Order: sequence, then structure tokens, then C-alpha cells
Amino acid sequence: MVITLSAVFTNLIPFVISRAIDQIKNNTGDFSLLNYALLTVGFALISGIFLYLTRQMIIVVSREIENDIRNDFLEHILVQDQQYFHFHPTGDIMALATNDISAVRNFLGPGIMYTAETLINFTMAISLMLSFNAELTLIAVVPIPLISYVVYRIGKSINYKFELVQEEFSALTTKAQENLSGIKVVKAYVRENSETESFRKISESYKKKNLELAKVQSFSYPIMFLLTGFSVIIVLYAGGNKIISNELTIGQLTAFIIYLGLLTWPIISLGWIINLTQRAEASMKRLCEVFDSKPSIGDPEACRKNPCECIDKKISGNIEFRNVNFRYLNNYPYVLRNINLKINAGETIGIIGHTGSGKTTLVNLISRLFDIKEGVLLIDDIPVKQYLLDDLRSSIGYVPQETFLFSDTIENNIAYSEKNFDKDKVIYAAKISQIYKDVDSFPKRFDTILGERGINLSGGQKQRTSIARAVTADPEILILDDAFSAVDTYTEEEILKGLKEVLKGRTTILISHRISTLKNSDRIIVLKEGSIAEEGTHDDLILKNGIYADIYLKQLLEDELKEID
Amino acid sequence: MAEDPDIITADPDENEQEEVLGKAYDARLMKRLIKYLRPYFKWVIIAIVLTVGVAMMSTIRPYLTKIAIDDYIVNKDSAGLNKIILILLSTLILQGLLQYTMTYLTQWIGQKTIFDLRMELFAHIQKLSMRFFDRNPVGRLVTRLTNDIEVLNEMFSSGIVMVFADIFIIGGILFFMFSLSWQLTLIALSVVIPLIYATVIFRRKVRSAFRDVRFYLAKMNSFLQEHISGILVVKIFSKEKRTLEEFKKINYDHTKANKRSVLYYSVFFPVVELIGAVSGALIIWYGGGEVVQGVLTIGILISFIQYSEMFFRPIRDLSEKYNIMQTAMASSERIFRLLDRKAAINDPEKPLNPGSLDGVIEFKNVWFAYIKQDYVLKDISFKINKGEKIAFVGATGAGKSSIMNLLCRFYDAQKGEITVDGINIKDLKQSELRKNIGLVVQDIFLFSDSIANNISLNNNEIDESKIIDAAKAIGINSFISRLPLGYGQNVKERGVTLSQGERQLITFARALAYDPKILILDEATSSVDTHSEILIQNAIDRLMEGRTSIIIAHRLSTIQKCDKIIVMHKGEIRESGTHQELLEIGGIYSKLYQLQYKDSLTA
Repeated sequence: MVITLSAVFTNLIPFVISRAIDQIKNNTGDFSLLNYALLTVGFALISGIFLYLTRQMIIVVSREIENDIRNDFLEHILVQDQQYFHFHPTGDIMALATNDISAVRNFLGPGIMYTAETLINFTMAISLMLSFNAELTLIAVVPIPLISYVVYRIGKSINYKFELVQEEFSALTTKAQENLSGIKVVKAYVRENSETESFRKISESYKKKNLELAKVQSFSYPIMFLLTGFSVIIVLYAGGNKIISNELTIGQLTAFIIYLGLLTWPIISLGWIINLTQRAEASMKRLCEVFDSKPSIGDPEACRKNPCECIDKKISGNIEFRNVNFRYLNNYPYVLRNINLKINAGETIGIIGHTGSGKTTLVNLISRLFDIKEGVLLIDDIPVKQYLLDDLRSSIGYVPQETFLFSDTIENNIAYSEKNFDKDKVIYAAKISQIYKDVDSFPKRFDTILGERGINLSGGQKQRTSIARAVTADPEILILDDAFSAVDTYTEEEILKGLKEVLKGRTTILISHRISTLKNSDRIIVLKEGSIAEEGTHDDLILKNGIYADIYLKQLLEDELKEID
Repeated sequence: MAEDPDIITADPDENEQEEVLGKAYDARLMKRLIKYLRPYFKWVIIAIVLTVGVAMMSTIRPYLTKIAIDDYIVNKDSAGLNKIILILLSTLILQGLLQYTMTYLTQWIGQKTIFDLRMELFAHIQKLSMRFFDRNPVGRLVTRLTNDIEVLNEMFSSGIVMVFADIFIIGGILFFMFSLSWQLTLIALSVVIPLIYATVIFRRKVRSAFRDVRFYLAKMNSFLQEHISGILVVKIFSKEKRTLEEFKKINYDHTKANKRSVLYYSVFFPVVELIGAVSGALIIWYGGGEVVQGVLTIGILISFIQYSEMFFRPIRDLSEKYNIMQTAMASSERIFRLLDRKAAINDPEKPLNPGSLDGVIEFKNVWFAYIKQDYVLKDISFKINKGEKIAFVGATGAGKSSIMNLLCRFYDAQKGEITVDGINIKDLKQSELRKNIGLVVQDIFLFSDSIANNISLNNNEIDESKIIDAAKAIGINSFISRLPLGYGQNVKERGVTLSQGERQLITFARALAYDPKILILDEATSSVDTHSEILIQNAIDRLMEGRTSIIIAHRLSTIQKCDKIIVMHKGEIRESGTHQELLEIGGIYSKLYQLQYKDSLTA
């Protein structure tokens, strides 16, 4: 409606001008020139106000919609199963959140606005032109579809070439990134020159792709004014001849020329809108895949339907695996086989085994990062799937194998599990995990920001911060997955000593490659190719004379050999 | 080792505030930038000549229209009309051709120039020393090489030449208008001042809104990036809701900034149209009166309406150029500052050329600090004879890695002297020194390239047979051959995941292929499976064969094979001797041994 009004008044202006010119031409002064001038300005003013309103409404609404889509998008992403992220790299998800949502927004805002404007301008201008002279209108309108088509084709080709340029640009970035991260190797092997050479190759190809884009892009502006200029000349020619034969007034001819000017933008935008729509459609399809993908791990069905069915019981930390077999996908090999394991609340369990023996998978099942399909997993004698996901996970403290900290302050990282934390708790956790002294030596102490814009911690410091984070969560079950790999043995011992105090009466699972970490556990599990090969205390296992004893004996034997040397 | 030097903070003088913009023109920077155009000077001149042509062709058309109306249409001269239409057509086509050539040419100049600049910058960065890289995060340097240079592309291609185009067009329009009627010109142009004013205000407002948009967009993207790659932590601590809440805030800030820019646009466009209409109205009102009185012709009136429409575009473009120049100045300032960085370590003016080195290493009273007076090495002296194998042991932060860094001349010591074969390493070319050293660092670094190229590092002297020999000696030939693409397999492609042990072995093969006189090895501490463990042991033995070797050892078996163990503690050498000797002393080593080596599963 607002668009219509805006277009109506815009299109009335040439009409006024044509009347004015004819009047000037014929010297008939029944309507003063000043009035015509005022009328032009008046119409422009009214049209401008409506134009303003149009933009404010449509574009602003499209921004709001974009905002909502983006929120929904993240909400959907966050609840996806862990598995989802194995098949969708971060970069792909980022592309959806930025490029694809923008493409949809472009369609909803400018796309819809210009479509409406184009349609109305078109009908208005053409009907007014028709009222002057039908034949001339037809002549003027002939190049229009051609122009739209050319714009559409050029736009498409530009998009394609632009994508190629983007690809090459990211190759260039990756190369620079990699060279600089590996600068020590580059220097040590005196490869500066060959590195520069290979960077040159990529730069060269980036330049080439850019020039290919330029070839098409340079075409777009000339071709547009060529075609529009062409229709003006046709109108001038045909119109001029009509004036000569007295079929048209000079004012009407002027109006025609002005109308063509007014139509130029809608004609051009028509081709552009088609591209926009096509891209939005493709993007929407990709986004819908995310919106339609339902996570399989969530709160129990019964509880979702009736909150009274929810289990409202504090977890005390008994864990039991009954005949658990597990594989990530149906056609994948089994990672865990026939696991039967009972861990009592308060026990400390050590897990040892070679890379790929299933240690991490085993603990990931407890926090339901993956769901088992074969066998049962019980926590306090209730199947793990019957707990609310939040309740389950907030009773587990986890230090993952790969340390991940947020680019936030050290304090916020340690206190990640709690919104309203008290500082004492953070300091306490930091002391337990032996990171306190390090933090204390930073100028900003706990307010030190980590990451690109701040300080980079060493691997060991990161690991210890990650341990502090798990301690702050005050969990019933604590899982440390190879959490000491970058921490030296001495510090490790200190941390373990500290943890013993905190974790009195809590279930602890320690995964490690180092016997020193596990030696004092209540029980040690040896995993081999997904099955429990051995189980018992350090002394039991030594007596058992199996894999564990073998590892241990090997060390002893070597020690003895050294004594002889 | 990662924990070795003190925490490294970013260079203070590089604290970038990307969006602080200064002048749009800085003579000093401009002079330096123009230098890069010099090789293409001829083409720049041609492009400027083309813009004159484009300006002439585009501004002459309304004038021709005037002739068409006044001389032929009003006088009912069909033949004349045909003639003038043909002239109009040819100017249009000619303009099209000129315009295309000019646009492409300017792009070409821009691409050529930034290619040169990018290569100069990259080659320069390669020469800078490790101290520089400690202080400048990779991300920042990548930004210089990519985004900052890209900004200059805009300046070189559309900036400089197009400014001429806009000025010529404005000049052309003014010329024709004044020659038709100076009174009417002045009246029509009276709107130019409000137009410029409106444009300037709009630019300023929109720029600040866009700055906010970019700021929040970057914030939003890094939030997303971080929380998606750290999704495991979000889930484990069940913080999905809180993450979403935090995101919603940033997202809405972004939306708000966008809405602000929408507001400016939705005011600006109608205002421009209104100004256009006022100009049209003035022409009709005053010009129309003149026509009635017979002072002006109807053709002049119509051509004036066309000219005044043409006037707006170059003015709007010029204000955009101002922006481009402003960001270009800021970027070029950052780029030049980087180019002006001198390498801290330089080759001597008259390097000695000893040919092949034997590999006798000596440290004489060496003191070294990464930062000011914080010495990480204090008065270190030792000598390693040709072919000897020395293990360095010590707790983290003892200074082991610093010794390697000095020997490779990644850093220069503050006091003391380091010699190889009796020659001070400062008297050798860095490349000469490093060619004789094989360095294997603990942080395994592979390029996303084929295995073969990761071994040879694209060195032409290392051919395929040498690569395979090295791999065989290290014991990974059979593993590599089993890969779908063998030695051509890209190590970072999805689907092919190399284990930590296999990656380590590739870096060993790399060192072996270069056949250095001196081997420096920082053993990886991270655990690997038994099979790789055995392979690694054997590979280390093979690597050390016949070379002077310095090893930061974590494996007991490696230590035992060494001729001597040097125990570092807090930057000083505290003990040295064989394994047995050191155990008997019962000092630091025996403690370290108890803690580090005795229980290790992999020993």
C-alpha cells in the first residue's frame, strides 16, 4: 500500500513536467509555471515520505526476521547430537549461520521491496505512457525484457566467478596461516624461498581469478547504460518523427524520456531479484535441513509429556554397564564389546589401554554424548536415558582429552558451570588444580583474558584450568580423560593429592596412559580392543600376570637392566 | 617446549584498533603507495586518457539531444533527425567500449600492484626473526597479508583512476551547461550545495553505523565459531540455554546496528530524490519562463533536465572514494609499518664459507633472556665433539629448548659465544648454519600437502628416491605405501587421519632426508601406541647414526644411548655424566628419574 502510494506520486512527476513543457511550448498561460514547479516538488515530497516508510517497514522487518532465524538456528544447533558435529565441520555450520541466513534476509527485505516497487512502477509508468501514445510505448518497452535477461545472466556469471575468487582467497589465507604457524620448521630447513615461491603461485592464481571476475564485472555497467541509452535513442527517433507528423507533443516526448529513466532501475533490479530469489531458495533449503534434523538424545519421552514423570532424585554416583555393545554407526565396527562394569558411588576407577581401545567412548556414554543401542547403562539403578539431560550432565564433571577454553577471563572459564559463583570457590578450585600460582603471576590475575586477543596459556596450564573448571562444578561423578598428558608428573601428583580431599565419597574415573596416575585407584580396568581385558587393584593386576602386569614388568625389567649396566 | 619461555604478550605498539580512521590523504603514505604503480605507469596514463573519452561521450549526449529537438524535430527535418540519431548511437557505443576497457584496465592495474605488494610483504615476513613471531599472533599477520592488502586493491583499481573519471564527468557537464545558459546553470546547480551537504552527513552516519555492524558481526561470528568448536564443553556442562541467551544479546546488538543503517538509507534516498525534483522544478519554473519569452529553446530545457540528473552520480561516487582512501591509508600504514620492521638477526656482511661442517659444538659462557633481564640461560658452557650424542634433561622451564633456539640462531644470546667447528655462528650465513642442522621439534608440524612434500619440503635436491629411502630408514615406507594415494596422500584431507606416532615419524623422515651434520631433537612427550613406540625408538637410533646429536630426551631408552647427559635446572647446568654416574650422585637427575621415567608406561 505504502509502496503503491510512493510509486504513484513518483510517476505523476513526469506527467506534470510533460504538461508544463507543452504549456511552455504553446505559450498558453492558464496554469502558472510556478504551480507546476510546486506540484513537482510536492509530489516528490509525498513520494519521498512513502519511500521512507516503505524502507522502514520492509527492511526493518527483514532484519528482525533475520535476528529470529539466527536465534532459532543456534538453538537447533546446540541440541544436535554430538555425532552431528562429527559430520558437520565448524566451518560449514558457520557458513549456514552467516551466508545462508544473509541470503534469505536479502530476499525477504530488498528482494520483496524491489519486487513490489518494480511491479507497481512498471504498471504505473506503462499505463501513463500508453495514455500518451501506444505505439511509442511499445517501441520503448521492447528492449526491457532483453535488459532484464542480460542483467540476470551477468549477475549469475558474476556470482559464479565471485565464488571462485572467494575459494582462491581462502586458499591464500590458509597458505599464509600455515606458513606462519610453521615458521620454525620453515626457518630450520631454510625453506623461506620455496615457501615464497608456493605463496607466489597461489597469489598468481588468485590474481587470475580476480581478473576473470573483472572481465565480467567490467561488462555489467557499460552493457546496462548501452541498453537503456539505446531505448532512449529509439524513443527520441520514433518520437521525433511522430512530432514531425504531429502525432505527439514535445512535452509528451520529454515525459517518455523521463519515464524511461524511471524504469531503468526497476528493469535492472528485475534481473537482480531473480538471482536473489534463486540464492535464497538454495540457502533456505540448506537451513531447513538443520531445522528438520531432530536430535536423538534428549529428555525422556515420558517426562516431556508429563513433568510429574521426571526423575527428581539426586544422583549419588553408582554406575553400571550391563552387556553394553557400542558402535558409532550401524555399518561401523564395534568400539565397545560386551562391557559389564559396576562402579560404586565413591569409588575411584582407573582405565588404561592403548589408543583406540575405547576408553573415551566408554566415559562419553555415561554423560550421554552418545546413546547405547545394545545393553543397559544404569546410574543409581535407573537407566541413564530416564534422567533429565541437564540433571545428568550437571552431576558429572568432565575434563576432556582435548582441552577447550573460551576466550574469556580465567575466572569465567573456571566458573563456567555456575552463573552465580563466589570467588572463594574459584580460588579453591584453582589451588586444587595447581593453576593458582600461575594465575597469580599474571598482572590481571583471574581477570586475564585468554585467546587471540589476550594471553596464550601453555598446554599444561590449559589442562590445569580445565581441571579447575570441572572441580568448580562440584560433581558427583568426576571424569578425567587423559587430563594430565601435558602436566609433569610432579604437578600431577600434587593435583591428585588435592583431588582426593575434594572427591571424598564421589565417583572418580581416571583415564591415563601413565601408570603413575592410576596406581592408587580402587580398581583399574584394562581395555583392549573395546573389551575389558583385566580388572582389579594395582596389586591384583600385577598378580594376574596379564597385560597390565606386562606393561609394569617391562618397566621393572628395564630398570633392572640399567642397574646391571 | 611450550612452557619454556615466559608468557608472551602481544607487541604493545601493534595494539590495533582496526576501525580508527584518520586522514583520507597522507602525503607520505601516498608517495610510497604511488611507487607501486610505477611499473604500470604507462597503463595508468592510458586509463586516465580513457576516462577523458568516457566523460566526453557521456556528457555530449544531452547536448546532441538538444540539437535533435531544437534543430530537427521542431523544424520538422526528418533527414537531420536521422543523422543526429546515428551520431547519438555511435557516441553511446563508443562510450560503452571505452568504459569497458577502462574498467578492466583499472582492475588489471590494481591486481598487478597488490600482487607485487603482497609478495614483497610475504617475502619480508619470511626474513623476520623468531622474536618477532613470538610477539605477533599469526592471525594478525594473516590479516595484513590478506584483508589489508585487499583494501589497497580497491584504492589502486577504483580509487585513483576513477576519481579522475568523476571529476572529468562533472567538468564535462558544467562545460555544456554553462555554454547553453549560464543563468539556468546557476539556478539548477543551486541544489548541489544541499546535495553535497546531505551526502556528507549521510556518509558519516552510515559509516559509523557500519562500523558498529562490522564490530557486532565479528563478535557474533567469533562467538559462534568458538561455541560450535567447543560444543562438547557446552554440552558436558549443560550450558545450552545460557549459550543461547548470550548469543541472543550479541545477535540483537547486531540487528540494532543494522536497523540504524537502514534508517539512514531510508532518509537519504528520498532526500536525494527530493533534491532532484527541486532542481527539476527550478529548471521548469525559471527555464520555462525563459522559453516562453523566447530566450531559451525547448531543447535546452530538456537537456538541462538530463544534465541535472547526470550530476548526482559522480558526486555520490566521489564521497565513496573518500571512504576508500581513508581505509586505504589506515591499511597501508599498517602494511608499511610491518615492511619497515627490521629483522633482529641478520647475516654477517662478510660471511665465512667453511663448506661442509663437522659438527663440533661449543657454548662459551652463554647468557640468554627472551625478555630483558629475565635470564633463562645463565652462564652456560659445554662442548660437544663430532659425532657425540648428548641428552638434555630437566624439568619444564629449565632452559633446554632455549639451547636449541640459540644453536639454530633463532635468537641471539645476550652474552657469550656459540661456535660450530670453532667458528662463531654469527659469522655464518643463517642458511648455511641451518642447512647443517636437522631440527625436529616436539610440536609436530605438517603442512597440508602430500606426504612426499612434507618430507622434502619442496626442496628440489631431495628427489623421490631420497624421500623413499628416508621413509624406509625410519620404517614408515610400508605404512605410506598402504595409503590410497601413497606418498601423494595429503596429510590433512578428511578421511585420512594419521596417528600422532605416524605424524612424528614423518617429521623424522624429513630430518633424515636433509641428512644434516647436526641433529637436534625435541622428543614428543605425548603417549603413542606400542607399535609406533617401537618404530619411534628405532627411528631415533637411525637418526642419530653418525651425527652430532642434541636431544631433549623424555624416553629412558634414548637417554641411555647417549654419550653424556646434561642436567639443566633453572637455566643452569647442574650435573653431567652418564646415566649410571648421575644416578650414583643421587642429585637432581636421580629425582627426575624417579618422577619422570620410572613409571612411564611407554618406557
